[in-house]
Amino acid sequence: MLLAAFEFPHIDELFRWKGLFFGDTAYEINKTSLLVLISSVMILLIFVGGSRRMRLIPTKLQSILEMTFEFIDHGITRDVVGKDAGRFTPFLGSLFLFILFLNFWEIVPFIQFPPTARFAIPLYLALQTYFIYWYLGFRHNGYRYLTGHLFPAGVPKALYILVTPIELVQIVIVRPFSLAVRLLANMMAGHILLTALALLTAYALENAPIIAIGPFLLNVGVTGFELLVGFLQAYIFTLLTAVYIADSIHPDH
Amino acid sequence: MHDILLAVQEAGELKDGLSSIGAGIAYGAAAIGPGIGIGIVVGNAITAMARQPEMSGPIRTTMFLGIAFTEALALFGFVLFFLAKG
Repeated sequence: MLLAAFEFPHIDELFRWKGLFFGDTAYEINKTSLLVLISSVMILLIFVGGSRRMRLIPTKLQSILEMTFEFIDHGITRDVVGKDAGRFTPFLGSLFLFILFLNFWEIVPFIQFPPTARFAIPLYLALQTYFIYWYLGFRHNGYRYLTGHLFPAGVPKALYILVTPIELVQIVIVRPFSLAVRLLANMMAGHILLTALALLTAYALENAPIIAIGPFLLNVGVTGFELLVGFLQAYIFTLLTAVYIADSIHPDH
Repeated sequence: MHDILLAVQEAGELKDGLSSIGAGIAYGAAAIGPGIGIGIVVGNAITAMARQPEMSGPIRTTMFLGIAFTEALALFGFVLFFLAKG
């Protein structure tokens, strides 16, 4: 009953940020774009700086970087795309690290906003993947890439009336859209959940301090859970990109 | 005149309330299928890992893929929730 008057702010207040620099121009920078720029520079500094003087007996930073490379090169590229697909590791690796760094801003104290919760960023990344797998598909298999998908072998001829439209919608719309929406919705849901619990804690502290321990402990637990979600979503996005690329290169597998 | 204004205002509130209820039901319904589906995917992956622990790596990768495809339906519902609530 005490908490009945609690009112959650409108969704725009959680995701719309005012411009910080260059306001009212096309180059306006707000919290979202600033975080994207900072993450790109951070990734560049850590990886270029860490691989400058490589030693046989690695330092702490070097062994972390090597583990990251191993994880992407073996766990994603070579296992999913193919044994000789090392040329995709730079793309998949930068995709994974970019999404990972953006997702982790969600739980960094005093920043606590994942830029991937704005649709522009997941949509851009998904469209990038979309164009890359179409290009690779036509480059490696020519027009048979399209016909192989639309008219799968071993299906009775009469069923093509049903199968072909479904497959068409699948590869043209559903794939890129679900790739973008999966990342967006996960980060958005996490941000809303954390904000709701934090506001509930603040509200309960004012009105009934004893109850505040509940939402506070829950908030701490959910923050730990979001660490897992942020990593898992970056992994799944990269894994699906790898699967789509593999499907473009060898469509019959 | 006053009565008409009141009625119009109430109709607006009614529409807001109904669309909120609709959004809530849409999300709840969209979560049923994927909930069951993810349960089946993970349950079978655990069975497979318990039977053949040496295959854990590939099974885990495939499990995440299955979860990702199943989960997409629930997330469409989540986006629809915000669209419908308007």
